[in-house]
Amino acid sequence: MAAKSIISRPVYGTLSPQPGKHHLFIADAEGALAIADLAAKAPADFFGGAHIIFIPGRDSKYADVLEALKPAQFYLGHSFASALPRLKQTLANAHMGLRLYLAGTEGLIGQAMQAALEAGIDHTSIQTEHRGSLARRMQCVHCKGITENVTTQPATCSHCGLLLLVRDHYSRRLAAFQGVCINAEDRSEIPPTEEVFR
Amino acid sequence: MGITFRKETFRDDFTFRNSPEHIRRFPFPFHEDSYMYAVNIEPHVVGPKGSVLQNLIDVDEHYVAEMQDRALVLAEDPLRCQSLPHMTLAGWDLLELLMEQQALAYPEHFTLARDGDRWRWINRPLGIDDSFTFGDVSTLPYGPMEYITRQSQGDFCILDQRDGNLWMDAGMVTTQADWSLDFDIGMNFFEWHAPVPLAHEKGIFVRALKFLTNIQQGKPARRLNWTMTINPRLDTSPENYHKWGPDRATVTPENVGDKVHLRVELQSFWRLPRSNAIVFPIRCYLIKMDELVMQPKWARRLHRVIRDLPEELATYKGLTRYRATLVEWLSKLDDGSATSPGFGPD
Repeated sequence: MAAKSIISRPVYGTLSPQPGKHHLFIADAEGALAIADLAAKAPADFFGGAHIIFIPGRDSKYADVLEALKPAQFYLGHSFASALPRLKQTLANAHMGLRLYLAGTEGLIGQAMQAALEAGIDHTSIQTEHRGSLARRMQCVHCKGITENVTTQPATCSHCGLLLLVRDHYSRRLAAFQGVCINAEDRSEIPPTEEVFR
Repeated sequence: MGITFRKETFRDDFTFRNSPEHIRRFPFPFHEDSYMYAVNIEPHVVGPKGSVLQNLIDVDEHYVAEMQDRALVLAEDPLRCQSLPHMTLAGWDLLELLMEQQALAYPEHFTLARDGDRWRWINRPLGIDDSFTFGDVSTLPYGPMEYITRQSQGDFCILDQRDGNLWMDAGMVTTQADWSLDFDIGMNFFEWHAPVPLAHEKGIFVRALKFLTNIQQGKPARRLNWTMTINPRLDTSPENYHKWGPDRATVTPENVGDKVHLRVELQSFWRLPRSNAIVFPIRCYLIKMDELVMQPKWARRLHRVIRDLPEELATYKGLTRYRATLVEWLSKLDDGSATSPGFGPD
């Protein structure tokens, strides 16, 4: 985690079992381990009312860890985009009192929260835990394009090609950090690129 | 006698200038020879005749040119004006406020006639004469906020009040000092101020929020803020930073007086009657150094403020690249003599 940060930067916690009958989990990659840790603290019948949406990512690990929890529903997605229609329908049909748990990369947490906010769920009621990659989802303030999985500072916009400073300033609505041209005043100044969001 | 509106530009050939009367009434923002953040909020009451506070919504000689510049910005980037779905009522509140204030203060330029919900708005400088039904969006060419803020100087943010916080849920922002409405819309007071250095640690925003959430209808408040801009450019948005940023590298000892501008924001805060939202107009005033230093007190004081500004603030305000050149130029106009207290010229 970044040592010094700013107030718009999301703060993540540790998942813990919430009272209620219906629990929706959305996780990617190492986020599965946060769910497993929660399971160790949960009452016996907890996952009988749970729906897990899991995107394993490139390493394709951890799906068995989650299946072993015997959730009422288990869905394995190829990408967040492919899981989104299902997530939206689940949120739209949700009963009052649904508990939402997000775990994994910041990009996953941010996009799942964006869908939840659009469904009218208050962001403070959502449990989040960051696990795995620090890669960022970044919006270019100039062309508005989103670049996924940004690991470097600065980073090149995948849409307009400007070299961007990846700020800590974060928008929940866009589920993205802000990228601002780092050498706007003198384009010949090219600062070194470092891999800082691994 | 009405205002003589200047024909001028805020881009390309930059023909913006202040008349001698407008130089004298410029809202110089420093009441002493140094600057640090403070919760400098005071009641927004009518001030002296001939000042920018003579009317609570100020219309000046730049009105027509500013509205033309806004139209250009919006044609290029419609995302500068956004309103979340629950903010339409607040937009009507704002339309009422701005029509009332402008018609009251400048009857030779603006007329508002009301017959129940049937309103007629005449804006002579812009050649507009529209009849519409108050509260019915289908009777206006734009949503109510966009309609009236295309006819009102300054940026406008409408803040929804809930959960003890203020939420940036609507705005018309085309003359901003480097912040993005499109990115910040939907954020609360602390979140959209997150990038500001030093002020959080000083508790500025906690106190400011407490003040703002208690603002009552009919009792607006105001504060001044400032930065500097190279060339009289209104649209210093982050969206276009890669286009205007290079201007900052063009300042030389020879062109400081013409290129470097003090940019002052008169921010006011008004409770809106139907929506209980707060509208936050950010009225921008520009003055080039050659015009500003015609007041010797302002020249001396600005020299001392810029020279002694903490490094974080200078960086945040984007002065780094030309600060030394500016301070050197201003130092020649500072004989070291005392300045009188207060904002005004001697």
